[in-house]
Amino acid sequence: MFFSFRNGILSVAAAVFLFWIISSLVNWFFLDAVWFGTIEDCRLHQDGACWPFVGVRFSQFLYGFYPSAERWRVNLVLGIFFGAIGLLVYERMPYRSKIVIFMLCVFPLFAWFLLRGGVLWLADVPTGRWGGFMLTLVLASVSIVASLPLGILLALGRRANTLPFVKAFCVVFIEFWRGVPLITVLFATAFMLPLFMPASVNFDQLLRAMVGFILFSSAYMAEVVRGGLEGLDRGQYEASDALGMSYWQSRKRVILPQALKIMIPGILLTIIGLFKDTTLVLIIGLLDFLGMIQAGIADPRWGSPNVPFTGYAFAALVYFCFCYSMSVYARYIEKKYSEGRDRR
Amino acid sequence: MVSEKGETVVEISHLEKRFGSFTALRDVSLRVGKGERIVICGPSGSGKSTLIRCINRLEVPDKGRIVVDGVELTDDVKAIEGIRRNVGMVFQQFNLFPHLTVLENCTLAQIWVAKKSQAAADKTAEHYLERVHIPEQKHKYPGQLSGGQQQRVAIARALCMEPKVMLYDEPTSALDPEMIAEVLDVMVEFADTMTTVCVTHEMGFARKVADCMIFMDAGQIVEASDPKTFFTNPKSERTKLFLSQILEH
Ligand SMILES: Nc1ncnc2c1ncn2[C@@H]1O[C@H](COP(=O)(O)OP(=O)(O)O)[C@@H](O)[C@H]1O
Ligand SMILES: [Mg+2]
Repeated sequence: MFFSFRNGILSVAAAVFLFWIISSLVNWFFLDAVWFGTIEDCRLHQDGACWPFVGVRFSQFLYGFYPSAERWRVNLVLGIFFGAIGLLVYERMPYRSKIVIFMLCVFPLFAWFLLRGGVLWLADVPTGRWGGFMLTLVLASVSIVASLPLGILLALGRRANTLPFVKAFCVVFIEFWRGVPLITVLFATAFMLPLFMPASVNFDQLLRAMVGFILFSSAYMAEVVRGGLEGLDRGQYEASDALGMSYWQSRKRVILPQALKIMIPGILLTIIGLFKDTTLVLIIGLLDFLGMIQAGIADPRWGSPNVPFTGYAFAALVYFCFCYSMSVYARYIEKKYSEGRDRR
Repeated sequence: MVSEKGETVVEISHLEKRFGSFTALRDVSLRVGKGERIVICGPSGSGKSTLIRCINRLEVPDKGRIVVDGVELTDDVKAIEGIRRNVGMVFQQFNLFPHLTVLENCTLAQIWVAKKSQAAADKTAEHYLERVHIPEQKHKYPGQLSGGQQQRVAIARALCMEPKVMLYDEPTSALDPEMIAEVLDVMVEFADTMTTVCVTHEMGFARKVADCMIFMDAGQIVEASDPKTFFTNPKSERTKLFLSQILEH
């Protein structure tokens, strides 16, 4: 009786609190928001979001300072990128593995030359003009795609007891990058990398940031993969050895397929973290999605108290949509494999 | 039953293996002739698994020599892989590959190690799956089979490589009692034509197939004799004690 009374009070309080939160959010985002018009309208109605700000700046949020006439290139790359993801999420897609190979091997080069230009008749667009969500995606996907194979190699190296030098290198590498905050890594690659490079090598800022990200994320990926390798029954290693399989044959056909399956949720969580961490490139002067929004907010022509809130709320919404869908997918995969027919 | 001890397939001399300060094998010598069937028994922890795992170098001995099919085992990785191709092993815990179907389990090493074509590998796999009496399960995954069926697949998987020696490490100890017979039957069938080293406590099986019985204790071979002498008139007291314990129930 007492418990149900207390539970009842708590439920009512929670419901009231939720209602209050949701209704004020709905009011601020939708009902009291300014949907059309100019900054003047926003200044008049300060108790709601200022959507014209997002509307006017939208293309900058998406493309950064990429020249308007060349934006079709970005659109094409993003179209293929999201198209392929859409196709791959559908499991019974024919040619699934061919699509994966294309996206991992051909597409990155294609995207680089298309976005960067300077070949064929394509105008040169220096990476300094890249920005906004496109830059976020480029950074995140390049570091994710590069860090997975590197992470696998590092994880295998860390377990290579018969090769002490390889093992020592991998341990030091992984522990070093995991022990350093990402901000430091970005600063170091942005400002110190050029000191070690011959002056003639012109290493642009984006590439430097990518190097930092890749080093950092491959160390994290390595630890995730190592968890999968260690979770695997020792009998699997022995059985493949006993059949005469070589080290790489057994990794490729027996060990990694199982270890990676176990680790898919962990890998996806690392990817989500990485995706959010890309916002840190702000501090080395790259204007990614969040950077463009901040730049927009700082514009005095759009000075109104509700503009920063709107900008950040929009950023949060976009990041949330991407990260949440990745985490839903991670949970789906996890469920699928834990109920899988071939569980053991 | 006793085979003519012509060609030597496995020759082990003065083997020693330590785990840290613990000596798991001390001065073990053993010769396995072509077609010979050796059954090893002994109390748990006596080094039986360690001994047969040295034959395909799943364990690296500290001292002594092992020659398999004329090749001495060294640190040479390629040579070890070559020897492993010719030595089939069946484990206590089956160790099938859970992410592959029964058929794929049997063809994997044929395709990637023996470099056979898919069709040839399938054919061999189907042949051996037939002989272990599970041809109809070939598209299932190991997790969908009973323990006895899994162990028979594991035997087929090893046989598909057409090894010169088969090593069995307590192949029936992880099985429910009602499944032991089906696995032993299959093993008896293949023992006729195959050089076999088997660690087991199934004395019925041993009586049926063994040319030579070996009793191990505390890392040493205590007794090695033909089955008749071994069961009726063992020399060592330790063997007698062990046999009385194991045959009692
Ligand atoms: N990897 C290992 N590390 C440490 N000790 C081991 C290892 N493998 C086996 N041993 C020890 O060696 C002894 C012999 O083991 P094993 O050959 O498995 O015995 P059996 O198969 O006869 O039961 C046991 O005491 C066991 O604890
Ligand atoms: Mg054992």
